Amino acid sequence: MNDSMMVHHTRDKTANTSTPDPYQDAFSKTVFGFWLYILTDCLIFTTLFTTYAVMHNETFGGVHSRDIFQLSTAFTETMILLFSSVTCGLSVIAAVNNERKKILGWLIVTFLLGISFIAIEFREFSDLVHEGHKWDQSAFLSSFFTLVGTHGLHVSVGLFWLIVMFVQIFIKGITIPTFRRLVIFSLFWHFLDLIWIFIFTFVYLMGVL
Amino acid sequence: MLGRLTLEDFKHDFVQNGAVASMVLGGVGLIALIFYLKRWKWLWNEWLTTTDPKRIGIMYIVVVLIMFMKGFGDAMMLRAQQAMAVGDSQGFLTAGHFQEVFSAHGTTMIFFVGMGFIFGLVNLIVPLQIGARDVAFPFLNALAFWLFTAASMLVLISLAIGKFSTAGWLAYPPLSELEYSPGEGVDYWIWILQIAGVGTTISGINFLVTILKMRCPGMTLMKTPIFVWSILCAMILVIFAFPVLTATLFMLSLDRYLDMHFFTSGGGGNPMLYVNLIWIWGHPEVYVLILPGFGILSEIVPTFSEKRLFGYVSMVWALLLITFYSFVVWLHHFFTMGASPGVNTFFAIMTMVIAIPTGVKIFNWLFTKFRGRVHFTSPMLWFFAFLLNFTVGGMTGVLLSVPPVDFQVHNSLFLIAHFHGMAIGGLLFSLFAGFTYWFPKFTGFFLDEKLNRYAFWCWLGGFLLAFMPLYMLGFMGATRRLDRYGVETNWHPLFVLVAIGAVIILIGASIQLFGLFWSIKNRKKNWDHTGGDPWNGRTLEWSIPSPPPIYNFAIIPTVSDVDPLWAIKRGEAPPARKDYEDIYIPKNTPIGMYIGLFSLIFGFAMTWHIYWLAIIGLIGILVNTIIQLSGNDEHDLITAAQVQEMEEARIRGNAAL
Repeated sequence: MNDSMMVHHTRDKTANTSTPDPYQDAFSKTVFGFWLYILTDCLIFTTLFTTYAVMHNETFGGVHSRDIFQLSTAFTETMILLFSSVTCGLSVIAAVNNERKKILGWLIVTFLLGISFIAIEFREFSDLVHEGHKWDQSAFLSSFFTLVGTHGLHVSVGLFWLIVMFVQIFIKGITIPTFRRLVIFSLFWHFLDLIWIFIFTFVYLMGVL
Repeated sequence: MLGRLTLEDFKHDFVQNGAVASMVLGGVGLIALIFYLKRWKWLWNEWLTTTDPKRIGIMYIVVVLIMFMKGFGDAMMLRAQQAMAVGDSQGFLTAGHFQEVFSAHGTTMIFFVGMGFIFGLVNLIVPLQIGARDVAFPFLNALAFWLFTAASMLVLISLAIGKFSTAGWLAYPPLSELEYSPGEGVDYWIWILQIAGVGTTISGINFLVTILKMRCPGMTLMKTPIFVWSILCAMILVIFAFPVLTATLFMLSLDRYLDMHFFTSGGGGNPMLYVNLIWIWGHPEVYVLILPGFGILSEIVPTFSEKRLFGYVSMVWALLLITFYSFVVWLHHFFTMGASPGVNTFFAIMTMVIAIPTGVKIFNWLFTKFRGRVHFTSPMLWFFAFLLNFTVGGMTGVLLSVPPVDFQVHNSLFLIAHFHGMAIGGLLFSLFAGFTYWFPKFTGFFLDEKLNRYAFWCWLGGFLLAFMPLYMLGFMGATRRLDRYGVETNWHPLFVLVAIGAVIILIGASIQLFGLFWSIKNRKKNWDHTGGDPWNGRTLEWSIPSPPPIYNFAIIPTVSDVDPLWAIKRGEAPPARKDYEDIYIPKNTPIGMYIGLFSLIFGFAMTWHIYWLAIIGLIGILVNTIIQLSGNDEHDLITAAQVQEMEEARIRGNAAL
């Protein structure tokens, strides 16, 4: 989708579509820049995944992944996050059609799904700690808590960002800047989903084998 | 309340107290001077809150100058200690202080001098060379600068409060772990690098988007200046390498703050994992530093040979190959890890292969000069010195890439001589060349050529004297990071020679510093009267006045040639558009500076475990980010009529001269 189509989709009658328009320019640059940011974040996760792969069997006499992972919890988390991606996508579609109420509604649903994901993860972590499997017990547990926790931290930041987006759209409606920000927020949210798919596969599925 | 901070942390030995006192006095003096000259408002409006890459570039270079003095002071202390501490003599530094000094020297020179200088020149030159009015993300550009500055301030603070890391510039575990370095030093180092690293990643994204999205009409990738190509490749390296650094430092800090076991010697941790990860970042980082150097020389050599660059296409492919290979050679930094012969052989061959594209570049520069009209200006002198030093350093690099040889000389002064040959003789000399070459572009006047030449000969002579003996010392068995040694080693005469070389470099650097102020003072006399093209330049930055107007190009140029300005001079360029247009300039904003300030507070508080202050820092960063993310993309408008007025006033002014 090129810039002028984007401007058209915002249905902003006051938008100036003749060049030079800093707004139009900004959209394609920002989205491209954000893809590059996602690439850098991917590399952070790559490093953490690699570390986890190296540390997976370094249990130092403590528990192994087989002993502590519950697939049912991880599966629930996966489903919640996948659905939140769908609802996030629906809010962007609503934004393209400039239906403010729908955007805000889908954002609320996304937020609720996201926060329940975080709650389940927090519960899982606190159970592990209470059973004595804290991150300082072994290299395996360190790398597990760090990899999954970093993803959780990203989701929390995403939720925070979602609140900011909600307030902005609530006050300003869909303008060229808010539309652009909503699009990159949704890129971020889908990216977190993708990372989780890898965590579910490599950490949980392969961990219980 | 104050975490681990106590009054004891403000007490230092005599040498360090002197450095702290001069630093504090310098800072107070500077602030007093600004008050005296009543320049706060000017400073705030024109510089501190600016998003103009031309201004940000100059601010980078100012910070680099300060950090260079610090890093250079560290180097002089190391050299003086090694010249004195032979036999029973203990020198003037304790072993612990010596370790702090070499750790600080490496950290400062790589992150705050090398990287800072490069980003300064990139800000100044890249938008001009691609015919753009600004960078892709002006705010992020300012933010990256302020993060860089915050991190360099934290380096200076570590001098005054507490101790710096004693674990070397890369903080290898298990030495850098809590068990062996319980103090604040490694924490300082971690937060300094985290803050600077985030800034660098942001800059990497910003300039990659700028170069890929904002080149002027007609400038296809294969018509882009080689300097821009080198920056494009360096930014790709930044984007791929720096996240690894961020994640690795993050894990080291988890080891230190939350008792995790990534790189500890116990608990299942693996110190060699850190060494692998840090060099997966570290080797590309080496090329982030040297590729822009190649780019600078590829601009200078054709201009001062009055010839088109020889082998443009091979130059581009050489850059791309180096970019790729730099990710598959990291293990040559630790052949002694104990990997199997097959693994070592792979990395050895890859390392040797890198010499091929690098050799291509050397020969291209030589062929560019062949039958050209070579002007022996000071940028060219730096180039000749580069050629000598870089070739010697490159050859010793290939020697080091042979594992059996590496087993003998790794961790010795031979290695130190090699990489200082690349970092000073390669990188720094090319940066000096670029600085001298582009100085009239962003100021409007020249650096004093006579003083440049004096400084050059001091640097070259001093460099050879200070580093060639290190090759010999390496073969004689002297290891790096040595704070004292016995008389029977017979190293002392060479160490004295090395110290003399360092003093000669100091004289050269002092002449440069003096020359900078001298040239600014006598700028009327050194004024560039050519209207912005003093060297008979080839590329777009020389087609506009010096210093460039706020919008760089009144009319965005259209190019059809690798050397667009030469095409204009020969009358081969496509006809220029004549109509002025409205220009949008992003508004000034202090938010980048605020985020930098809160990052500094956060880094300092985390280092000293003052958690309430760290939370304040974090909240400050968040609030400012939200304010920035909720803004309305505000721009100042310069109308076409105003642009026309400014351009015509300039033309009248030139005519009056």
